[in-house]
Amino acid sequence: MTTISPSRALRHSMLMAGRTAAKSVKNPAVLVELVIQPLVMLVLFSLVLGGAISGGDSDAYTRQLVPGLMVYSALLVSVGTGVALSTDITKGVFDRFRSMPIARSAPLVGTVVGDLFRYTACIVLTLGFGYLFGFRVTTGVVPMLLDLVLMIGFSFSLCWISVWVGMLAGKPETVQGYLFILIMPISFGSTIFVQSSTLPGWLAAWTDINPVSLLSEVNRGLLTGGPVGGPLLGALAWMAGFVVVFYPLAMAAYKRRMR
Amino acid sequence: MSDSTANAIEAEGLVKRFGETTALDGVDLEVPAGRILGVLGPNGAGKTTAVRILATLQLPDAGTARIGGYDVLRDPVAVRGLIGLTGQYASVDEDMSGRDNLVLFGRLLEMSKADARARARDLLDRFELSDAANRPVRTYSGGMRRRLDLSASLISRPRVLFLDEPTTGLDPHSRNEIWDIVRRLVDDGVTVLLTTQYLEEADQLADRITVFDHGRVVADGTPNELKRKVGGQTLQVKPSQWQDMDAVARILLDVTGARPLRDMDSRVLNTPVEDPVLLSTVVTRLAAAGIAVDELGLRLPSLDEVFLAITGSKQGVTA
Repeated sequence: MTTISPSRALRHSMLMAGRTAAKSVKNPAVLVELVIQPLVMLVLFSLVLGGAISGGDSDAYTRQLVPGLMVYSALLVSVGTGVALSTDITKGVFDRFRSMPIARSAPLVGTVVGDLFRYTACIVLTLGFGYLFGFRVTTGVVPMLLDLVLMIGFSFSLCWISVWVGMLAGKPETVQGYLFILIMPISFGSTIFVQSSTLPGWLAAWTDINPVSLLSEVNRGLLTGGPVGGPLLGALAWMAGFVVVFYPLAMAAYKRRMR
Repeated sequence: MSDSTANAIEAEGLVKRFGETTALDGVDLEVPAGRILGVLGPNGAGKTTAVRILATLQLPDAGTARIGGYDVLRDPVAVRGLIGLTGQYASVDEDMSGRDNLVLFGRLLEMSKADARARARDLLDRFELSDAANRPVRTYSGGMRRRLDLSASLISRPRVLFLDEPTTGLDPHSRNEIWDIVRRLVDDGVTVLLTTQYLEEADQLADRITVFDHGRVVADGTPNELKRKVGGQTLQVKPSQWQDMDAVARILLDVTGARPLRDMDSRVLNTPVEDPVLLSTVVTRLAAAGIAVDELGLRLPSLDEVFLAITGSKQGVTA
């Protein structure tokens, strides 16, 4: 039986990752997602709603908002991974890959690794745009870099949910629909936009353990100072949980599609 | 048991079920190296399922198949190294340019960057896609997509090529282009399994034709053997006036000895003819009877007529 060596499999995956990254650079929709989307959210919440939500102190609100929006951007960008895989399957290029003597894992690994480019770009750009609205990192370069690494890790743990939904849903649009149903409540039921003390008790209880809130808290701590340890443990637990639950589900669904 | 080195494609007893439907119900196939087999059948006959199993995209529920001597179940990677596949829908990335698609596939096939680029350039030239090479595939016409898909299948210089309805939905010009390409490939020694819904296509290209219906092989032979079964060509007459239908039918029965099929919707009479010379006799008789016709001619039998002749019933209702 002919097999494909690990080094060949790695090369196939890297070629696929290059494809994913090259497509991201050329795709106008990705530009909208990475540039326009964070800018719109910043204008909307920092300038338009910020004063009303914070009761006038919009600088303090921007300090709270930008670390949270980094999490929100990561959530939105993770949708693209499942959509891209679903598009490959429905448009037929998957069949081309499957009929070629290449590693079966390459299309999946390539998409996920290639998407690290989008994940990194969206986190960095959201932080960078925050500067235009008066946000400043006050802790230092090392905590900031640690925070970026943590956020990329968070995106990576999220992408398995996206991959799983991408393998199950029939069409790319359906993938987007399902994931938005998930993203909206966990984003708006979090401390990205409001403080949990302003929420009714039952909602505040959820908001305090919501992974999005915990990540937002860690971002705030690492970028502008404040407690990090407690929320970091919670966030890491959630990230591990996503991987433990959704990575096997995603792989099983992928193998069924790839067979 | 046939010699596996002489047959590039061999399948025995292929069965595939999807829930309640049986897509393949025990199919045997054999294609000697360097030949073209035409698999003819209507939609849903199991043609695509057979191709997908042979190309290692689907597992059969029963049966075995070998490509170039390699078992599709036991050694799929070796099979993938021998084959090219072009489906009814283009298996390329629509958001990438034609060139980028071909270069990526070449690189995945272990070519160096320079080799992959050179191979892409050759194929784009050969398939007259050079002008569109840098445009995203989503801007291509149907014919261009099919040509790109076919060139993607040829990057690895496959010894066995599967073409699943390669011309369905194409205009006659694009169809002829694809036919020319297929003929040149076979001249180079490639083995081809081609599925089609058109007898004309199988007749033009194939050395042998296998007819599928409801997941079974219902006929198998050379194009000539098959056409003899169907009655060679079909003589088609469309009288200008409705009231001439009966008179024309009588003349056709008289000349050919076979009762013509009437299509009342389109006012057309069809009758199989063994000898094309009968056409002039029919013209003379019609003129003598003073019957004006809108259309008159010989054509190859349609898939419907093939099925009628082979199975004795309309396609899709064979038991």
